[in-house]
Amino acid sequence: MAYNFAFIDENAKREIRRKILKAVAIPGYQAPFGSRELPIARGWGTGGLQITMSLIGPDDVLKVIDQGCDGSVNAVNLRNLLQKTTGVRTAYETRQATLIQSRHRIPEETLTADQIMVLQVPWPEALRSVEPSEARTREMHAEKDYSRMWVYLYEDIVRWGEVTIGFRYPVMVNGRHIMDPSPIPRWDVPRLHMAENLYLFGAGREKRIYAVPPFTQVAPLEFADHPFKTEDFGGRDCFLCGSTDTYLNEMFDSATGRKIYACSDTAFCDRRRAEGRMAEKHAYSQ
Amino acid sequence: MLTVNNLAKIYGSSCSHCLELTGPAHKSNVCPRCGSVVACANISFQVDKGEIFGLVGESGSGKSTLVRCLYFDEEATGGEARLAPYQDGRVNMLAVSAQQKRFIRNHLMGMVYQYPHLGLKMYFSCGGNIAEKLLDAGFRHVGRMRERAAELLQRTEVPPGRMDDLPATFSGGMQQRVQIAKALANSPPLLLLDEVTTGLDVSVQARVLDLIRSLQQEMQLAVVVVSHDLGVIRLLSGRTAVMKNGQMVEVGLTDQILEDPQQPYTQLLVSSQL
Repeated sequence: MAYNFAFIDENAKREIRRKILKAVAIPGYQAPFGSRELPIARGWGTGGLQITMSLIGPDDVLKVIDQGCDGSVNAVNLRNLLQKTTGVRTAYETRQATLIQSRHRIPEETLTADQIMVLQVPWPEALRSVEPSEARTREMHAEKDYSRMWVYLYEDIVRWGEVTIGFRYPVMVNGRHIMDPSPIPRWDVPRLHMAENLYLFGAGREKRIYAVPPFTQVAPLEFADHPFKTEDFGGRDCFLCGSTDTYLNEMFDSATGRKIYACSDTAFCDRRRAEGRMAEKHAYSQ
Repeated sequence: MLTVNNLAKIYGSSCSHCLELTGPAHKSNVCPRCGSVVACANISFQVDKGEIFGLVGESGSGKSTLVRCLYFDEEATGGEARLAPYQDGRVNMLAVSAQQKRFIRNHLMGMVYQYPHLGLKMYFSCGGNIAEKLLDAGFRHVGRMRERAAELLQRTEVPPGRMDDLPATFSGGMQQRVQIAKALANSPPLLLLDEVTTGLDVSVQARVLDLIRSLQQEMQLAVVVVSHDLGVIRLLSGRTAVMKNGQMVEVGLTDQILEDPQQPYTQLLVSSQL
């Protein structure tokens, strides 16, 4: 059976590209787009998928990750769909990829100017937790009326002594729009700030695209006496590569009955281990 | 401080006859031609720094609509209003952008509503409500905002220990005092009071009025007080306007209006006082 290159039709791609341009022109602004029907259900990454499909070319090298792992079901299926309909090369190594689609994580490795990072977004509206009406939140964005979000953070600090938002930490983009950075952990938020690469965010169910262009200021909301903090792993290290400077997943080892920690970014972890082995070999051979 | 000229607010399609065919002379504020409700028309007055200006009138005479228009809760249909601290009073603040209106509201005005649930967010703590006004005015320091909130609550006689409680758990009088604290948070030059004491019992009423008067004198605020209670007006305001069917029927010194009313409606109002 013959599909169009990258599954969706060219007119749909053009529309999505236009909306991407608009999103890039107004960093942090949620541009509405006509979300297409796809062979996967909405809410399973269709927003990111449509952005990837409309941007991908035959020369691109694709990487798809889910929670930092290339091997999880969601990532495998999205990658298979894209590969079958485009025939492009895929990569496991972050630095080899030109187009990276991800959910819940940004790779540990610093991305470069020739890479595009596409993030899947379930809830694009950062203000939804404080205002249920879409009409009102649009007005609030238009007027930069963000006091309610700030009061929410204030109340959190008063009640719990710190901001308790673990993922989807609201950020101010380019000093103008409050944006939901998608459900990435706080650990990844600083990566958005003044990055060399383009970040695109797609919400298929909610029909919104937004962007953080290269070298854009992205500031997590914080108070002068309560600065933004990333996760603290208390000096724990990855049980595979021994890393202490990456985002770690906590796992339960039923054999020993203890908690163990591993890098969430599997590609990064594997490369570190390979490099470690190389270094060891090198040391032996001398 | 505040100058209002020809302010009008019409609900409905409105026709060219609306203003002629409504008002006290017609004993109605519903236009017979198009059925629009003329809530306010031909409203002009001035309030000086440190002055309290009273607005009285029966229910539905347009008092609340007037202050709501001045606070931008409602969009005025016509007319102009100038506030001295905003662009030296050269600009009609009713015609500026929504962003500018929010700036004026957050930096230059305070409002206390009749019902605390209009002025306070019941699901935010009392300190959070005050912080909202401070955050609007650009504060970004939790410790300092809490200091300011505690100071305001002390002034308005709310126990600072209850700062982190929800206003929903407060009595009506306390909620009203929290509202006043919130309205004064950013030291606005203009304060709007819409029937602040209507729902309160007399002893609490007296204390709230006392509080307003002492704060007003201390901070030299310009205040617009809306009330249907002539006692409140007599106690607070120096000058008063009487409203009926959306228009002002009489304006003057409060004493004069209450002791020697000129207009038939004002006479009726004063004589029907219990």
